[in-house]
Amino acid sequence: MNPNLAESTDGAIVEPQPEAPAEEGRHLWRSFFASPGAVVGLALLVMIVLAAVFAPQIAPQNPYDLNQISIMDGRLPPGGESMMGTHFLLGTDGQGRGIFSGILFGLRTSLLVGVLSALAAASIGTLIGLFAAYVGGRTENFLMRLVDLQLSFPTILMALMMLAALGNGVTNVIIALIIAEWATYARTVRGTALVEREKEYIEAARCLKLPTWRILFFHLLPNCLAPVIVISTMQVARAISLEATLSFLGLGASVTQPSLGMLISNGYQYLLSGLYWISFFPGIALLLTIVSINLVGDRLRDILNPRNV
Amino acid sequence: MFASIVRRLIQALFVIVAMTIIVFIGVNVIGNPVDILINPDANQAERARLIAHLGLDKPLWDQYFVFVTGVLHGNFGNSFVYSRPALDVILERLPATIELAVSALVIAIVIGIPLGMYAGLRPRSPISRLIMTGSIFGFSLPTFWVGLMFILIFAVQLGWLPSNGRGQTAELFGVQWSFLTLDGLRHLLLPALNLALFKTSLVLRLTRAGVQEILPQEYIKFARAKGLREGRIVRVHVLKNLLIPVVTVIGVEFGSLIAFSVVTESIFAWPGVGKLIIDSIQMLDRPIVVAYLMMMVVLFVCLNFIVDVLYTLLDPRVRIGAEG
Repeated sequence: MNPNLAESTDGAIVEPQPEAPAEEGRHLWRSFFASPGAVVGLALLVMIVLAAVFAPQIAPQNPYDLNQISIMDGRLPPGGESMMGTHFLLGTDGQGRGIFSGILFGLRTSLLVGVLSALAAASIGTLIGLFAAYVGGRTENFLMRLVDLQLSFPTILMALMMLAALGNGVTNVIIALIIAEWATYARTVRGTALVEREKEYIEAARCLKLPTWRILFFHLLPNCLAPVIVISTMQVARAISLEATLSFLGLGASVTQPSLGMLISNGYQYLLSGLYWISFFPGIALLLTIVSINLVGDRLRDILNPRNV
Repeated sequence: MFASIVRRLIQALFVIVAMTIIVFIGVNVIGNPVDILINPDANQAERARLIAHLGLDKPLWDQYFVFVTGVLHGNFGNSFVYSRPALDVILERLPATIELAVSALVIAIVIGIPLGMYAGLRPRSPISRLIMTGSIFGFSLPTFWVGLMFILIFAVQLGWLPSNGRGQTAELFGVQWSFLTLDGLRHLLLPALNLALFKTSLVLRLTRAGVQEILPQEYIKFARAKGLREGRIVRVHVLKNLLIPVVTVIGVEFGSLIAFSVVTESIFAWPGVGKLIIDSIQMLDRPIVVAYLMMMVVLFVCLNFIVDVLYTLLDPRVRIGAEG
């Protein structure tokens, strides 16, 4: 995996390498593209991510620049035109912000929260799972009890508990999501690591008296990553959905950094008077994001086929 | 075996105590409720009186001690907003939530099990594929957005069903229930369907997996060899064996239905504890938040304890594993 490793060990002893998966990688790609659903999902996902990244360039207006919006344009239906002649593809909300522009900017917050929280939860959970599997004994028991306990509470309850304590805001939502989700990774990684630990390459590494951290991170970890990748993809979707839910409940993102959930929540009050587009289109965007991530994740799971998912 | 149950019980109690500390400290870090409750024109003396009245001037450990003593007497303190005991406010709202959760569970079972069995018995039929695709949507659609769409379609566009409140209620065992009146049922339908969406998909997938596990078994082959009619095999041999794991999971999931009712209740303005807790978090009504969270912790610890004990009693492998 890492060519520097072999050089850095002294003399003739060459560190045993886990099988290099270069050939395998190409094969994985090919089988990924064999599924039409996954290809559609991936294409959609790439488009969504690009749209979010280049939102300031694509969006016809910056919905959070007060100079560019006018309350006179409020509640225009999809395709409506403002007094200044601006065309609003998906209509406007109560403040005259274009829904299309709002969605592009909202995607940024939603994706940011989803990716950051999944990455952080994956790192923390993986470390704890690896550590537990490697040290064993009482520490392992204690950590796994903690994981069981955590998993026995629904995520939304954990998130509510955290947000009741921390208060609103994007950072707090990310923290709440990490705390609510790390346990899944810890359990899975421990399961995989327990199996891998008994294999010969680890034994070989031990015989070479390699330092523990080195065995953990360069030998054990790379071989436990497949399930982590699969769970992470799904978890990004779950985190985006949960963040949207929390924002809808008024506990998530702040007004200055609205996510898709917040946009949907803004439209809630207009829904009963039939102004559907304020909630509907951000909802569709949220839906497409979640479904495309799940399509990709589903295929990845089929290919990598980890035991514990 | 008795020892292992006692050990689980001690662990459960330990968890509850640990959670009281976490919840109490956590909730005490958030903003000052005095700022919200007090009249902005109030002077310093009135302010101090309110702080003293709420017990917020005492050191944190002292507040915790007062809190724990209160909890043991079933007293979580008075709600800042309602000026009544927090537990009373919650218990008053609890029947509405339980009604909603039970209705959702019934819907999930009534829809999920038959569809799951169909998909399991005829895995290749196009209808089964449709059912399975539908269940993926049930998993991935965000509940709150589906709820909004329900309102948009059935309440706003078609005007068939009401979109908020419990409607007319009738009394049974001294509690008001919606499901006893026609108007109440009409109010109950949309929220219950919304809350049931996720669990229906779960029950459906569990049932399908169960059917596919049972069908290749020897006793099914034997029943077929005996010449039993297919209907009887499905009803007696498949369904009965299927129900054991499904019922277990449904039992465990009931707790999470109550937790997730937070979302549904907020959308449909259903006056249950879920709506109450969201309002209370926003109003920084600490006693209600703490009492709700503690109630949920106790509920989940109890559910898990019961499941653990049942497993220990039913499955010798778990018993040996725990003692080894």
